[in-house]
Amino acid sequence: MENMVQVDAKILENREIAPERYKMVLSAPQIARQTKPGQFIHVRVSKSFPPLLRRPFSVHRLEGQKIELLYRVVGEGTKILSGKKKGEYLDILGPLGNGYRLPSATSKVSDIILVAGGTGVASLLFLAESISVPDSELSILVLIGAKSREELLSEGDFRRLGCRVEVATENGTKGYKGLVSNLLEKFLPLSGDKSKPLVFACGPTEMLKRIGEISRRHRFPCQVSLEERLACGVGACLGCVVKAKGSTYTYKRVCKDGPVFNAGELIWE
Amino acid sequence: MIRKAKEKGPNLAIDFAGISLRNPVMVASGTFGYGEEYAELVDLNRLGAIVTKTITLKPRLGNEPPRIVETASGILNSIGLQNVGVDAFISEKLPFLREYDVPLIVSIAGETSDEYVELAKTLRGEGISGLELNLSCPNIRYNRKLMFAQDPKVTHRVVSRVRKATSLPLIVKLSPNVTDIASIARICEEAGADGISLINTFLGMAIDVESREPMLRQITGGLSGPAIKPIALRMVYEVHKVVEIPIIGMGGIMAAGDALEFIIAGAKAVAIGTGNFVDPRTPIKVIDGIRAYLVKNKIRDIKSIVGSLKCPKGSL
Repeated sequence: MENMVQVDAKILENREIAPERYKMVLSAPQIARQTKPGQFIHVRVSKSFPPLLRRPFSVHRLEGQKIELLYRVVGEGTKILSGKKKGEYLDILGPLGNGYRLPSATSKVSDIILVAGGTGVASLLFLAESISVPDSELSILVLIGAKSREELLSEGDFRRLGCRVEVATENGTKGYKGLVSNLLEKFLPLSGDKSKPLVFACGPTEMLKRIGEISRRHRFPCQVSLEERLACGVGACLGCVVKAKGSTYTYKRVCKDGPVFNAGELIWE
Repeated sequence: MIRKAKEKGPNLAIDFAGISLRNPVMVASGTFGYGEEYAELVDLNRLGAIVTKTITLKPRLGNEPPRIVETASGILNSIGLQNVGVDAFISEKLPFLREYDVPLIVSIAGETSDEYVELAKTLRGEGISGLELNLSCPNIRYNRKLMFAQDPKVTHRVVSRVRKATSLPLIVKLSPNVTDIASIARICEEAGADGISLINTFLGMAIDVESREPMLRQITGGLSGPAIKPIALRMVYEVHKVVEIPIIGMGGIMAAGDALEFIIAGAKAVAIGTGNFVDPRTPIKVIDGIRAYLVKNKIRDIKSIVGSLKCPKGSL
């Protein structure tokens, strides 16, 4: 049985890979051995406060007993995190939440599209590593969006896995000029497809909302990974809910019922 | 064979309003769900008691998000009492909790005094240890204006009516958003309450200056966490002076030192709230820390320091 655990994980690496973007490697065998793509860990960035609450980060890669995170400095918590040194310890909780539901071996899915916005590549690389099998029939198309060329992340990592990668930049400094959701529409409907593509998306809420809308119009299954401010991270406080379909509507917890949801079950507002 | 005399540690066990607790450290309502959410991380059997998330007669969906925002050393929330309702609580949540050897105090809230009475009756014979009347949820307004605990007459009516409806220990959770909390606590005691929970959250708000929108969808919410601790402590001190019934002190307890302050101010028990979110180990650390303090100061029984504040001579 899977269990979330709280451990003090040693920082093995914490370096800036692009402006304000960091990669952190942690030694956390108990968490690494049970984490699935799309799940996250909840990190206490400081023993003192403020900041008071933990900060959630989805797992970017797993390597043996090591967990890799990819994060952008967006506020006080991530700023403190970016200053952590190799050899220090971090109090982490994990693995948390429900990750991506992978296509089963017998499913007819032959085309998978991953759509990443900004640091949304973080959880999608882990997903791509889990589903890419050399010489398989499965084709994985990865669409990465960012504001500019400098902010594009993980392009090479996806290519090394054998994925086809296309990029979109809002200012047009690389690849398609515009939003990555518009780039996705250029690939639809897939030519000569016998089955619908399966789409996984991770990025800013506005982007996910647009992709949810595209999936509804083109009728393909789509899973989105949401980002929310969390308090407890374990489903107790009910602070991070999103509106979902029910008899009228219902609220689902991003931290516990998600962070990955079927786009069709959410009510976007 | 010579047996080493087993060293007896200090006594942390207390009786709170007729409920036997192995130690005075509880987890506060709304911060620990129905227990199951934390069961993988915390040994529930070590807790003094679990106060469950407030339940209402019917399930409640809760407020529109955003519901939570971090402020300086605190959290503002407006969850809106999202809960499964008393029937699902009894059939789906209680069986899990009863597997553990820990007293269960069930927090209840209604929109009318009738609903409080109905809840108390519904929970009879369900194997719980006590009831906490949440009269201080910022989301429920009596006559659309005040919280129950902001109106002395309404408070008296609800407490005395529920008193008649149940033989379970009755604890009343009060709001700090009042001028004189001590007088409200007195009213609860007169109406037959067995204990007082101090305190619920302080009303507050936060604004995003770029958009000029409130950070919470409900505009205002309840503030908890270390930011409110000194005020909570002052309220426990004030109430302890005027009531005989025991107090559960809470508000920003993050470590044993905070809990000890509440105990010295007059709380017989304490509850961890926001501290659970920051570190699920907080309740256990507080229990261990209190024990270490008693050992270090050669105090044999926790009860001997409840309300033991040494005030300077001549102070009021």
